[in-house]
Amino acid sequence: MVYSPMDALHLAREHPQRDVVFFAIGFETTAPSTALTVLQAEREGIQNFYLLSHHVLVIPALEALLANPDLQLDGFIGPGHVSMVIGSNPYHRIATHYHKPIVISGFEPLDILQSIWMLLKQRVETRCQVENQYTRLVQPGGNGVALEAMGRVFAVRDRFAWRGLGEIPNSGLKLRSEYAAFDAEVKFSLPNVQVADHPACQCGDILKGVLKPWQCKVFGTACTPETPIGTCMVSSEGACAAYYKYGRGAPFQRSAPVTQPIRV
Amino acid sequence: MDLRTQTNATLHPLFAAMQQPQPNHHRLRDRTITLAHGSGGKAMRDLIEDVFVRQFDHPVLSQLEDQASFDLAGLAALGDRLAFTTDSYVVDPLFFPGGDIGQLAVTGTVNDLAVSGATPLYLTCSVILEEGFGVDTLRRVVQSMKAAAEEAGVAIVTGDTKVVPRGAADQLFINTAGIGIIRAGVTCSAASLQPGDGVILNGEIGNHGAAILIGRGDLALETSIESDCQALNGLVDAILAVCPSVRAMRDATRGGLATVLNEFAQSSQVGIHLQAEAIPVRQEVRGLCELLGLDPLYLANEGKLVVVVPGDQVETVVAAMRSHPAGQQARRIGEVVAAPVGGVVLQTAFGTGRIVDRLVGDQLPRIC
Repeated sequence: MVYSPMDALHLAREHPQRDVVFFAIGFETTAPSTALTVLQAEREGIQNFYLLSHHVLVIPALEALLANPDLQLDGFIGPGHVSMVIGSNPYHRIATHYHKPIVISGFEPLDILQSIWMLLKQRVETRCQVENQYTRLVQPGGNGVALEAMGRVFAVRDRFAWRGLGEIPNSGLKLRSEYAAFDAEVKFSLPNVQVADHPACQCGDILKGVLKPWQCKVFGTACTPETPIGTCMVSSEGACAAYYKYGRGAPFQRSAPVTQPIRV
Repeated sequence: MDLRTQTNATLHPLFAAMQQPQPNHHRLRDRTITLAHGSGGKAMRDLIEDVFVRQFDHPVLSQLEDQASFDLAGLAALGDRLAFTTDSYVVDPLFFPGGDIGQLAVTGTVNDLAVSGATPLYLTCSVILEEGFGVDTLRRVVQSMKAAAEEAGVAIVTGDTKVVPRGAADQLFINTAGIGIIRAGVTCSAASLQPGDGVILNGEIGNHGAAILIGRGDLALETSIESDCQALNGLVDAILAVCPSVRAMRDATRGGLATVLNEFAQSSQVGIHLQAEAIPVRQEVRGLCELLGLDPLYLANEGKLVVVVPGDQVETVVAAMRSHPAGQQARRIGEVVAAPVGGVVLQTAFGTGRIVDRLVGDQLPRIC
C-alpha cells in the first residue's frame, strides 16, 4: 500500500530493475503532490517511474452538471480540499453565469451545518454568490506553489470519460510532452478498454439531483456498499453510500418539507 | 578392530561413552528456523524443548505428551461451566509500541475467556513458523508469552510447532486456545441487554489500532501512542465481585467499540445511545484518524472492556473498575434504549444523533 506518490517513487528508487507505474487519481487536491513527485523523479534522473494520470478537474465537472437541462439542484457545497488548492475565485462563473449559490465548506460536521445555513440564507435572500465558510484554509487565489507545480507538469485533456456523467470536455489532466519520459500512456501500449456504466445504475441522475438515492431502481437491493454497482455507492463519501448507511430505517423521522422561508 | 570379541571390560573408550545414557539436554544452536525444525526429528525436539518447554516451564507441558490432562474435580470447584475459546494471531509488525505478538496471543485469548465470566486457566500455544525466521526473535516472542501468562495467572500446557517453506506464511503465526471455568450464577450474554441498562468502558479507545499503523512505519510519523494490550481477567474479577448480575461483557478488539455495541444491540434486539463526549480518545489517536480518514470507534483495541450492567448498578461497577489498574478511566458512555432496535446512535456534542453502523470492510489490514 502506498500513502503518497512519493512512496511510489521510493519503490522505483529501491527497485531500479523494475518498472513502477503510479495510477494517479483525484481532483486538484491530489494532483499537486503527483506533480511534485514527477518533478522530483526528473531531478533524480529516475528512469523506471511512470505515471498513469487520471487526475480530474472540479470546475469543468460542475459546469457539465450545470449545463445539463435535467439539473434539479438549488446550490452547491463547494469542496474544501480542492478549493485549498484552486482557491475560491474559479467558482465565480457558477454564481454569475449559472445563477447558483455556492459555499465552500470544511469537513467537520459543524462546517457542513454552517455551510448549509449559509446556502439557505442565500436562497432566502435570493442571492447567488461564492461564499467561503472554510476561511481557515481556503484563500481566494488558492495555493500558488501547488498551482505552479500542476501547471508545469500537467496539461488539460480535450475530454475525459466520467462514470455516470459521460464525456466531459477539458475535465482531465495529462502529462505535458516535456514529461513524456514518465508517461505510462507513452511508455506502454494501453488496450483502451471501455467499460460501460451498468445499465441499471442511475448515478448520473442522482448526481444531477433528478433522483434521490432511494428512488434508484437498484438502491439497497442489487446495489449496496458490499456489492456496489455505481460510483455513488462505491465510496463512503458517495451520496448513495451515505443514504444507505445513515438514512435506511433511520430512527429519526424524516422532517416535513419546509413550507415557510426561514427568517434569519 | 573386531568389536565382537570385546567384552565390557575391554570396550574402546569411544563406545563406552556412547553407551552412557544421554542427559536430556536439548539445546537449539541454530540461528534461523529451517524446514528440519518441523520435520519431527532431533532438530524439532531441540526447538520445542529449548525454546518452548524450558521457557514455559510447566509440569504438565514438560511431560511432552500429545495432550494436557487435568483433574476434573479440581476444575469443578471453581464454577459450573467450562469456557473454551481459540484465536489466531497474525499481527504485522510482530513487535509494536506497547506490545508484541506473543503478549497479544496470551492476553487476547485470556480476555475472550474472561468476558464470559470465566476464570482463565490453561492455554495452548501453536505456532506456524516461516522457514528463515530468526531463532532469537522467536525466543523473545516466547519470553513475552511467558511473562503475559504469568501476569494473567494462566499456564501454557500444550502446544504444536509447524514450519512452512519461505513465503508460505509471513514470519510467525500463533494460535492459542484457552479453557476457563465460569463462576456459578454468572450468565453474561450479548443477548441479555434490557432498556435502562448502562454501558461502561474502561478507557481510551483506538490505541492498539493506531500503534500498529504507526508501527508499520509506512506513514513516517512519530507518536507516543502505545498499544493498550493487557489482560482483563483481573478487572473482570473486580466487576463480578460487586455485580454478579452483569448483563454482557466484551473486549472491543477487531472492529472496535462500534462493532461490539452493534453486536450487543442486534443480539438483544434493543438500541444503544452513546454520548460522544464520554468516550475517551487520545489527542494523538484523534489526530491520526483525522489525517487518514479513520473513525476511532472502529479502531482495534486489545485491552478495552465494554460492560453492560443494570442501570442501578452503574455507579457501583464504575467505582469497582476504577480501583483496578486496568480500569482507572472507567466511565459510563451510554445506555440501552428500546429503539432503534438493533441500532447504535451516537449523540454528538452539538446535539445531533449519528447512526454508528457496522463496518462494511475493514479499516485496516491485519491488526491482531
